Amino acid sequence: MKLAYWMYAGPAHIGTLRVASSFKNVHAIMHAPLGDDYFNVMRSMLERERDFTPVTASVVDRNVLARGSQEKVVDNITRKDKEETPDLIVLTPTCTSSILQEDLQNFVERAQLEAKGDVMLADVNHYRVNELQAADRTLHQIVQFYIEKARKKGELPEGKTAKPSVNIIGISTLGFHNQHDCTELKRLMADLGIEVNAAIPEGASVHELKNLPRAWFNLCPYRELGLMAARYLEAEFGMPYVNITPMGVVETARCVRKIQQIVNAQGADVDYEDFINEQTLYVSQAAWFSRSIDCQNLTGKKAVVFGDNTHAAAMTKILAREMGIHVVWAGTYCKYDADWFREQVSEYCDEVIITDDHGQIGDAIARVEPSAIFGTQMERHVGKRLNIPCGVIAAPIHIQNFPIGYKPFMGYEGTNQIADLVYNSFTLGMEDHLLEIFGGHDTKEVITKGISAESDLNWTKDGLAELNKIPGFVRGKVKRNTEKFARERGIKDITVEVLYAAKEAVGA
Amino acid sequence: MTAAQPEALNFECETGNYHTFCPISCVAWLYQKIEDSFFLVIGTKTCGYFLQNAMGVMIFAEPRYAMAELEEGDISAQLNDYEELKRLCLQIKRDRNPSVIVWIGTCTTEIIKMDLEGLAPKLEGEIGIPIVVARANGLDYAFTQGEDTVLAAMAARCPDKASVVEAEKNERNAIQKLLNFGKKKEEVAEEESEYVNHPPLVLFGSLPDPVVTQLTLELKKQGIKVSGWLPAKRFTELPVIEEGYYVAGVNPFLSRTATTLMRRRKCKLIGAPFPIGPDGTRAWIEKICSVFGITPQGLEEREAQIWEGLEEYVKLIRGKSVFFMGDNLLEVSLARFLVRCGMTVHEIGIPYMDKRYQAAELALLEKTCKDMGVPIPKIVEKPDNYNQVQRIYELKSDLVITGMAHANPLEARGINTKWSVEFTFAQIHGFTNARDILELVTRPLRRNNSLKDLGWDKLVKEEAKV
Repeated sequence: MKLAYWMYAGPAHIGTLRVASSFKNVHAIMHAPLGDDYFNVMRSMLERERDFTPVTASVVDRNVLARGSQEKVVDNITRKDKEETPDLIVLTPTCTSSILQEDLQNFVERAQLEAKGDVMLADVNHYRVNELQAADRTLHQIVQFYIEKARKKGELPEGKTAKPSVNIIGISTLGFHNQHDCTELKRLMADLGIEVNAAIPEGASVHELKNLPRAWFNLCPYRELGLMAARYLEAEFGMPYVNITPMGVVETARCVRKIQQIVNAQGADVDYEDFINEQTLYVSQAAWFSRSIDCQNLTGKKAVVFGDNTHAAAMTKILAREMGIHVVWAGTYCKYDADWFREQVSEYCDEVIITDDHGQIGDAIARVEPSAIFGTQMERHVGKRLNIPCGVIAAPIHIQNFPIGYKPFMGYEGTNQIADLVYNSFTLGMEDHLLEIFGGHDTKEVITKGISAESDLNWTKDGLAELNKIPGFVRGKVKRNTEKFARERGIKDITVEVLYAAKEAVGA
Repeated sequence: MTAAQPEALNFECETGNYHTFCPISCVAWLYQKIEDSFFLVIGTKTCGYFLQNAMGVMIFAEPRYAMAELEEGDISAQLNDYEELKRLCLQIKRDRNPSVIVWIGTCTTEIIKMDLEGLAPKLEGEIGIPIVVARANGLDYAFTQGEDTVLAAMAARCPDKASVVEAEKNERNAIQKLLNFGKKKEEVAEEESEYVNHPPLVLFGSLPDPVVTQLTLELKKQGIKVSGWLPAKRFTELPVIEEGYYVAGVNPFLSRTATTLMRRRKCKLIGAPFPIGPDGTRAWIEKICSVFGITPQGLEEREAQIWEGLEEYVKLIRGKSVFFMGDNLLEVSLARFLVRCGMTVHEIGIPYMDKRYQAAELALLEKTCKDMGVPIPKIVEKPDNYNQVQRIYELKSDLVITGMAHANPLEARGINTKWSVEFTFAQIHGFTNARDILELVTRPLRRNNSLKDLGWDKLVKEEAKV
């Protein structure tokens, strides 16, 4: 048992649901107790999704506990097959169903006899993998399922596309700025003269999956999601893949050079050096920013970085290599992939921290007192408590991290966004210190009393006590409205009854 | 709509495929209500993830709750439950020193049959902190029923008079005297005599402190003294409950607590409609008065006065229709209030319907529908959200009260929605807060009134498949 109230990566089924509901016309059925369909709330709220989240639960209740699910799961699958005619239904186990140890595979096989669409069981162990690992595995599983299905039917297309082309693998729902990254990557590919053969899973149809081998190569922008599928495609079809995250000026160039090498090896003749040069010097503002006086002022400032592997590693390199900022420590919560992280960042920071314990991260922040933090929402709150500004760079995230405006982290526009994020975090902190040194914008003593401060009315002890229970940010308004109410009625003493009478009368 | 003849209440039961919060969410409001408590949820990452996301910013405020996250070793009994829980509870005692630790049992502890009720008294003796066990799991309960399981367990911990030492009572009186210091003697005496002589009354249900004050004052106006609340602000202040005391519920989801108070503590339950909306509040007070043989004073005027103040909101919803998808058990009371406001209710979805505990509320709903001349809605227990959405399309309800999973998709299809969970966290009880209920109910209508000329009410490209 472990005492905890915050976790960085969610439970396994969340990963499976993220992948399943990213595809078009794929439905997930969770084998779960009432209340475990919280994923739908998150997707509907955070992504502001207009459509119903294609996830339902086959509810595990007392009866299931006593007698097993019996026909329930099969019925739920075939019912959903009729109602929504999805291409694929993914039966998703949860922590509860893991310990019930029902033969879910058997339910899937029985349901498949009746269902028109395909049915599959997500192969994830709840107690061994987390959200990210499960998402990676599920995407692999779905890709493999449709490749094998097409092969069996002899529908696998032969050969490659005429022009160089790419599959972008790993864009998913509830991923950090994934939609914007996807747009930016497509734009980058277009600039490079590379066709996008498919982008999966977000927005893709499972019927497109058999065409994946037609691409010249795969691009996996995220370390956490897509690599398993890319490795599978490499093993099956000898498809090369690029897993350099194009985040930051240097890494984007490295990614583009790798792409150049891969397509030239397959017979294309491209040279992207001029493009990289043009973008770096004149299109992206980040290279110029790093030479400007603004960025000079950031030299040697202390920062700490924490997040998932992709974002924390890229951010660490950007801060240290491209902006001259001193990264005291960089950390990741992807413990299962810690070696990769260490290898990526060790030369760019003093210390590497691998943990999924938010308390340890909070202490590490307090210990080094950086000028800015780049982390998740949890680190943002630590920053609030310690009065240190924080730029959010990775999940877990809140609704404000699903911006409507265009805010990619990848590609050349991404470098601009990141420069803004970094600069704004640091200047805010600087302003704060200056204000503190010079005593703030305003002196704290109020010299003239406003209308609300002077009062001819007497608040009784109980009235005052009740008033003090009202949250601070509305208390002033409630006090004014109550006094106005009392004055109009010639009430001299404001008791708790008067307070509530005022609320009833005027909505104070 | 034809002026259909109201019929009797009609109950249905569907498949139970609906969206609601897991009952462990009750820790979110109970740890804030009971200030010296600590809630330990014994479950998996799934439970933790739900709490972390459902509670939003509260999570960052050093909450007095935590997960005892079960690992593979716990599930396969390689680790000893008792030793593990002891280790965590000692850590909690060291860091927070609470007056009570509440263990919330979850689906997982049910399935692996962890004997929390058996372990608790033993561990309690060893570490010297009361441990209350509540099995608030998704196998058995929905959302607000979590509070019910906690309060039912707390009811067993309320002191009876026998255990209250006389000295302590005197001490309390001494404090009372101190508090009254400076007041003239007659004044104190007069304060006592403001109450009618009636048997002790204890109210149950967790409400924000301001609402507790409001309802207590409301009863004081009738000369009724509230001897205590379950729960109180602190665990150490749980009310005395003796055989023969009267108890009344303030929320419709407290049936287990009511049963426990009647069967285990030998209390008499006052079955009344719940004090939600001015009509409900009046009926609640009247019922309590009638049990104590008191003639209520000025209630009719008070209710009328509140309605007068609500008119600006009521005129927005009068004649409109509402559909409750059902997820928090407040549905019947809210529907009854909205019918009184002049709305037609298409359907009352509800997770669980205790017809005995809610009897008076159901009767008032029936009566209200007759009074207002609208058809009596059907009550759908354990609803099926998919079927409900089809019915909503057909009925074209003016307002759907639903969970967040359906709210945005329905809005995108031009259907007004109100997020149901807000009713659980807003202050909705008593005369004073009727305005807040209508503020919530009318918000989507007011918003859409201001947007109505823009012509963007349907924002999905393909209509949903039927």
